[in-house]
Amino acid sequence: MTELLRLEKIRKTFPGVLANDDVDLSIEQGEIHALLGENGAGKTTLMNCVYGLYRPDSGKIFWKGKEVSVHQARDAIALGIGMVHQHFMLVPPLTVAENVVLGLPLPREPLLDLSAVEKEVQQTGERYGLLVNPKAQIWQLPVGVQQRVEILKALYRKAELLILDEPTAVLTPGEVEELFKVLRSLANQGISIIFITHKLEEVMALCDRVTVLRNGRKVATVNTSDTNTRELAKMMVGREVFLDIKKPDLMPGEVVLRVKNLSALDNRELPAVKSVSFYIRRNEILGIAGVDGNGQTELAEVLFGMRKATNGTVEVLGYDVTNCSPLEIINRGVAYIPPDRQHTGLLLDFTITENLIGKSYYKLPLSKNGIFQSRPIAEFAASSIKKFDIRTPGPDLKVKLLSGGNQQKVVLAREMSGNPALVIAAQPTRGLDVGATEYVRNQMVEARNTGAAILLISTELEEILTLSDRIAVMYEGEIVGIVPAKGADIHEISEMMAGVLRVGDLTAMDI
Amino acid sequence: MLSDLASIFLNLDFYVAVVRMTTPLLLAAVGSVLAERSGVVTFSMEAMMLMGAVGGIIGSGVFGNVWMGVLLAIVFGMLVGFAYSLMAVSVGAHQIVTSVGLNLGAVGLSAVLYALVFTRGSEVIQTVIKVPKLPLVKIPLLGDIPILGPVLFNHLPVVYVGYVLVPVVWFILYRTSWGLKIRAVGEHPHAADTVGISVSKVRYATIIFAGAFSGLAGSFLSIGLLGSYMENMTAGRGFIAYTAIVFGKWQPVGVFLGTLLFGAADALQLRIQALNLGIPYQFLVMLPYVVTMIALISVVGRASWPASYGSPFKREEG
Ligand SMILES: Nc1ncnc2c1ncn2[C@@H]1O[C@H](COP(=O)(O)OP(=O)(O)O)[C@@H](O)[C@H]1O
Ligand SMILES: [Mg+2]
Repeated sequence: MTELLRLEKIRKTFPGVLANDDVDLSIEQGEIHALLGENGAGKTTLMNCVYGLYRPDSGKIFWKGKEVSVHQARDAIALGIGMVHQHFMLVPPLTVAENVVLGLPLPREPLLDLSAVEKEVQQTGERYGLLVNPKAQIWQLPVGVQQRVEILKALYRKAELLILDEPTAVLTPGEVEELFKVLRSLANQGISIIFITHKLEEVMALCDRVTVLRNGRKVATVNTSDTNTRELAKMMVGREVFLDIKKPDLMPGEVVLRVKNLSALDNRELPAVKSVSFYIRRNEILGIAGVDGNGQTELAEVLFGMRKATNGTVEVLGYDVTNCSPLEIINRGVAYIPPDRQHTGLLLDFTITENLIGKSYYKLPLSKNGIFQSRPIAEFAASSIKKFDIRTPGPDLKVKLLSGGNQQKVVLAREMSGNPALVIAAQPTRGLDVGATEYVRNQMVEARNTGAAILLISTELEEILTLSDRIAVMYEGEIVGIVPAKGADIHEISEMMAGVLRVGDLTAMDI
Repeated sequence: MLSDLASIFLNLDFYVAVVRMTTPLLLAAVGSVLAERSGVVTFSMEAMMLMGAVGGIIGSGVFGNVWMGVLLAIVFGMLVGFAYSLMAVSVGAHQIVTSVGLNLGAVGLSAVLYALVFTRGSEVIQTVIKVPKLPLVKIPLLGDIPILGPVLFNHLPVVYVGYVLVPVVWFILYRTSWGLKIRAVGEHPHAADTVGISVSKVRYATIIFAGAFSGLAGSFLSIGLLGSYMENMTAGRGFIAYTAIVFGKWQPVGVFLGTLLFGAADALQLRIQALNLGIPYQFLVMLPYVVTMIALISVVGRASWPASYGSPFKREEG
């Protein structure tokens, strides 16, 4: 095996953050190398240094044994490095072929004659199982196909090293399998792959070696054949983690939320939720699985009164709350954990205390005759911070200075106060590291155990499977099936998520 | 009165005037399409045109050669473009605010430059000055076609530049690698950056290109139509040109149609004035602006500007 890329003591700081702390890395030709770490561990930063988007403060990069300096993406591309970013770098109104050649000299420069390029895209696609129509415009393509375009883009530039930044985050389980096949075939033909992820199973299933980063530092590089997920998790987090949640069997109680034939439009005024019906009972978690963008967010917004229902009804504990205001819905005992805590969930420039009292500030004892009562407010904040283990130097810190996990705890503390009857949790662990994820999940189960009904929307199938009592799958705005979580067939759910399978509501019973 | 109006449309002079009034709008608007498509708001066209107008008169007056006037107009326009690029692209300043500043500044600067060049002592001698004016050029053969000849092919040379500019800009935008880069930069500058395209180079180049043609448009007003200079003589044509870009939804041909509409409105009000119908001329002068407003309200609907429109590009590096 020959070494293709070697990093020596790469250090990169951002104001106040040491993102990469003297990281070493060695990539061999034809290997699939995982770069594993929690969110914020510095994986993306390290790769951006290799790709020339960031300039490391210090450290050396060797390519095929020679020291190189990579000042911009152009240099990296010239060496033979290709990167597929977490957020795709494709221009939506341009075609596949146009995106592939963008930035390169054209066959008939300066004329935009792409027939030769289209042919080559087609051929490369056939060779590696990356089929796309080179004339299609990017915005017309599903995310999985867009990802293929990104890979094709790198291959067209004769990449010998392909860096993929969390490529599976946007894919269905079926698409992940396909991607893995493509990556294996690329590796077999001598192309090296750096596969960034925080998912342990993927490392074990796909990669030859794995380098673990924690807090910007390299923990270790090991062969996947010499390790297991448990050991990797420990290296990644720095302590033992238990993601298998203990969930007692409970008899579900009365129906808390009943949704009938609910429809709604998205921001572009296209149908996003299409005649959806389901119910949730006390002591029950209904998980909504689905690839991002299939109407889940819009569904949550309609339920919470933030988006208009165009048809159908929503009942909470027997009261019709269809198209009521969020305040009326809150007063029926509904809590909402929005998918984007930074925008909808929190006021980032407000303090922790101010955010914590966001739902109850106008009520006694926090407020009397419209005037804030500072002592009760301070007590309320202190007890929330303690109860939800929010790690902060004090209650008056601006929320934007907290880490993602602690921000989410602020949201949880605010929403869970007052024992809601229904919790709508949209992507509650998105972007959180393993430790914080563990915490949030336990809170969900705790609420369920003490009598709440929970609607859990998540694009992480694994999360849906661990937490839910029943699983509904959304595809293109419809619920294409509801199945009990116990004994659920992952394959079947994946197929439903991809829209190729529909099953009836196996949990439907007349109640 | 209706028959008077009808007589306007039966007279070839009206159509000649349409072409003439459309030209400065077309040069500025279509010339700015590339910059707009790269994601920059070229609201500073007014300044570019005004500096072009004064550059034209200075070049022509000082050198006694009208082509030097055209050249200087283009150079002045490009300089405004360069200044705008510095602010909007390199500094990343707010583009509308910067444009407003440039537009206001140009009113003063053009007047000062004019006074510096054409004043003796405290006396402004503009009426005395004999400044060479652009000649009418009749295109051989085409100019002899009945009706079309006089309307389209017997004009100042700058008009013909306008004729070719529309297809040229269209071709650059959709049929060359430069156009591909411009569109990519406008729609997703980060993507362009990661494949090694310099976002700021593309924007500088297209803004300066816009400056050249807006400057030329300005010279058309001073040394073309009038042969003299008045303070603030663009009178908001840069803004109307901007409106034409919005009206045309950032497509070269659509933008051209927009300038044609506003040019026709301008020509029409001039003709109506000439009829002496007793309508106060102030109302007539308003016509192109009213048409602009109505056109924007009624036709635009869902606009389709480039995704990065108006936002400066910055790598995310801290
Ligand atoms: N452009 C930036 N400016 C400031 N801080 C940044 C920037 N990019 C990343 N960081 C910080 O650097 C650390 C590493 O981030 P990142 O490399 O994105 O982690 P990962 O990809 O492993 O999730 C984080 O603390 C993050 O907040
Ligand atoms: Mg990352």
